[in-house]
Amino acid sequence: MSAAGDDVTARRRQTPSAAEAAGPGGRAAVGPELREAVGPEAREAVGPEARKARGPEGKEGVDPEARLAGGRGALEVVDPGVLTLVQDLGRPGWAHVGVGRSGAADAPALRLANRLVANDEGAAGLELLMGGLRLRARGPLTIACAGAPAPVRVGGVAVGMHAPVEVPDGAEVRVGAPSSGLRTYVAVRGGIDVPPVLGSRASDRLGGIGPAALAAGGVLPVGDPPSAWPPVDVAPVRPWPERPWRLPVVAGPHADWFEGGLDALCGADGYRVTPSSDRVALRLDGPRVVRVRARAAAELPSAGLVPGAVQVPPDGLPVVFGVDHPVTGGYPVLAVVRASALGVLAQVRPGERVRFVRG
Amino acid sequence: MTSALHVVPFGDDALLVEVADLAAVRRLDDALRRAREEGDGSVRGVVVDQVPAATTVLLRTTPGADLTALTTAVRRVWRSARTADFVGDVQPRDVVELPVRYDGEDLAEVAVLTGLTVEEVVERHAAATYTVAFGGFMPGFAYLVGLDPALRVPRRATPRERVPAGAVAIADEFSAVYPAATPGGWRLLGRCDVPLFDVTRVPPALLAPGSRVRFVPEPEPETAAAHGRSAAPA
Repeated sequence: MSAAGDDVTARRRQTPSAAEAAGPGGRAAVGPELREAVGPEAREAVGPEARKARGPEGKEGVDPEARLAGGRGALEVVDPGVLTLVQDLGRPGWAHVGVGRSGAADAPALRLANRLVANDEGAAGLELLMGGLRLRARGPLTIACAGAPAPVRVGGVAVGMHAPVEVPDGAEVRVGAPSSGLRTYVAVRGGIDVPPVLGSRASDRLGGIGPAALAAGGVLPVGDPPSAWPPVDVAPVRPWPERPWRLPVVAGPHADWFEGGLDALCGADGYRVTPSSDRVALRLDGPRVVRVRARAAAELPSAGLVPGAVQVPPDGLPVVFGVDHPVTGGYPVLAVVRASALGVLAQVRPGERVRFVRG
Repeated sequence: MTSALHVVPFGDDALLVEVADLAAVRRLDDALRRAREEGDGSVRGVVVDQVPAATTVLLRTTPGADLTALTTAVRRVWRSARTADFVGDVQPRDVVELPVRYDGEDLAEVAVLTGLTVEEVVERHAAATYTVAFGGFMPGFAYLVGLDPALRVPRRATPRERVPAGAVAIADEFSAVYPAATPGGWRLLGRCDVPLFDVTRVPPALLAPGSRVRFVPEPEPETAAAHGRSAAPA
C-alpha cells in the first residue's frame, strides 16, 4: 500500500467506528466516536500523531519552507487552540465511493470571511472551535474573521470581526474564545494553500481525508493574492440569534415511521445538545421519539444521508447530522433541517437547547 | 423485474429514490450515471452526488435545484432503463481481478457453518464474478454481490475491534475487501494486497458501484503479484 494509504489507515484507528448502522463495522449506532468537540480529547487531535496521520500534505504542507522560497506569505501556528481545522467548501462527487463532502461547518461564515479579503468564496480558511488560536504572519497578510463572535487582536491591538485587517510581517494574530457560538472562521487573502486532496482542502474528521488539525510549530502556506481588492471596510451582519436556537425542518423520507410524524420532533421544550456532538453530528437529549406500532421492529436498509438529516436510532433520541456525516446511515430519517439553517448547526454549543420548528 | 419507483424529497437539495431491490438499484444507478455522462440536461450539472445503497439511490443536487423537474427526469430515465434494449450496465466493464491469499482467521468457522470443506469455501468464493452494489461504509469500501448462496453466513455476534487492511470477508449476501483497518464484524477468508483506496489517485477508489470483480487465489505469498489486473479500474 502507498504511503498515503497507510496514512488513511492510521487515521481510521483514531476514529474507530465509522458510523454506519449495520455496516461491516458491526451494528454500532452513530456512537461514541462522536467526540471531537469540547472535551479533553479534542487536545489529542492536535498532537504530533494527528500531524503524521494525514494525507500527502503531512509531508509537504506542514513543512512548507521550500514553498516559501518564492517569497509568498505564510501563517506560523503558535498555538492551535482547542481545535483548528483547514476548511473550504468541501469535496462533492465522491460519496458513492464512501468519501463525504465535508467542508466548513458554517459555510456562510467562511464565504463571508473570504469575500471580505476578495478571495473566491471557496478558498480554504481556518475553522476554530472555541477560539484560542495564535498565529504569526510571515510576510504582510490580510485577514478577516466571521462566524462565532470572538475577540481578535493583531499585534496586541483589538480589531473587528467582519472586516479586512492588515497583518504586518511578524505580527501575532490572536483569536479568543467566542462570547457565543462555537466556530469562528479566519480567511486570509490568497487562501490557505496546503495541497488539495481530491480537489479540496477540507479536513474530513470522519473519513480522515484532507489536512491535519493545526499543531503548534506548523506553518501554513498562503496562496497568491487574488487580483481583486477587498470590496468593503466592514460587512453588516445579522444579529446573533437568540436562544434557544430555532431549527426549521421539513419532513424526512421516513417521517411516517414515527408517532405524530414531524410534530414528534417539534415540541415546545426542544432538545439539549450533548457534549458528544461534533462535525459528524449533534447528539440530542430530550423527549424520545416513538415509532408507530407497525414499524416498531422494522429494519431499514442503509441509505445515503445529507447534512441536516435528523436520524432516530432505536433509543428514540434524535441525531442531527453535520458536514462530516457518514455517507450512509441505517436508521430512519424523521426530518431534515432546511438548507438555510445548516450553518446554525455549527454554532450550537453542547448544553444549549435547540427547538425544531416546521418550516 | 419490478417497476416500482418512489421518489421523495430529502431536505431542500436532495431526492431519495426508492426501488424494490438491489437489482433495481443497479439498473437505476447505471442509467442515471449514463444520463449524467451523456449530458441529459435535466440531470447533468444538477446532480452533484449520486449514492446508491441497498434499495435506494440518493441524488444530492446543486443548491436550489428544481426538485420537481429532477423527479420528472428520474422517472423518464427509469422508464428508458426498463425498455427491452437496455442491457444492464452502462458499458461493458472489465473485470478487476484481485489476488487473494486465502488464509483468513474465520475460514475454518465458515466451513463449519456452511457444511463445506475449507477448500470448497475457497473454490466457491473464487469462482464467482461479483458486482459492486454500493459503498458508503468507509472510503473505498465496496459491497460486492454475486456471492455463492452456499457461502451465506451471518456476521459475527461480536465484531472484531480491528480488521486489518486488505481483509477479504463475507457476511450475509455480500463479500468485500476492507480498504483500511477498522472494527468489523464480517467473517475473514483471506487477504488482498491491492490498494483499494488512495487519495493521490483519480478516481481514488479502485472499485465503484457497477464495477465487476473476481478473486484469484494465490498459491504462495512469495509469488504475489503486487497489483490486480484491470484495463479499466472502476
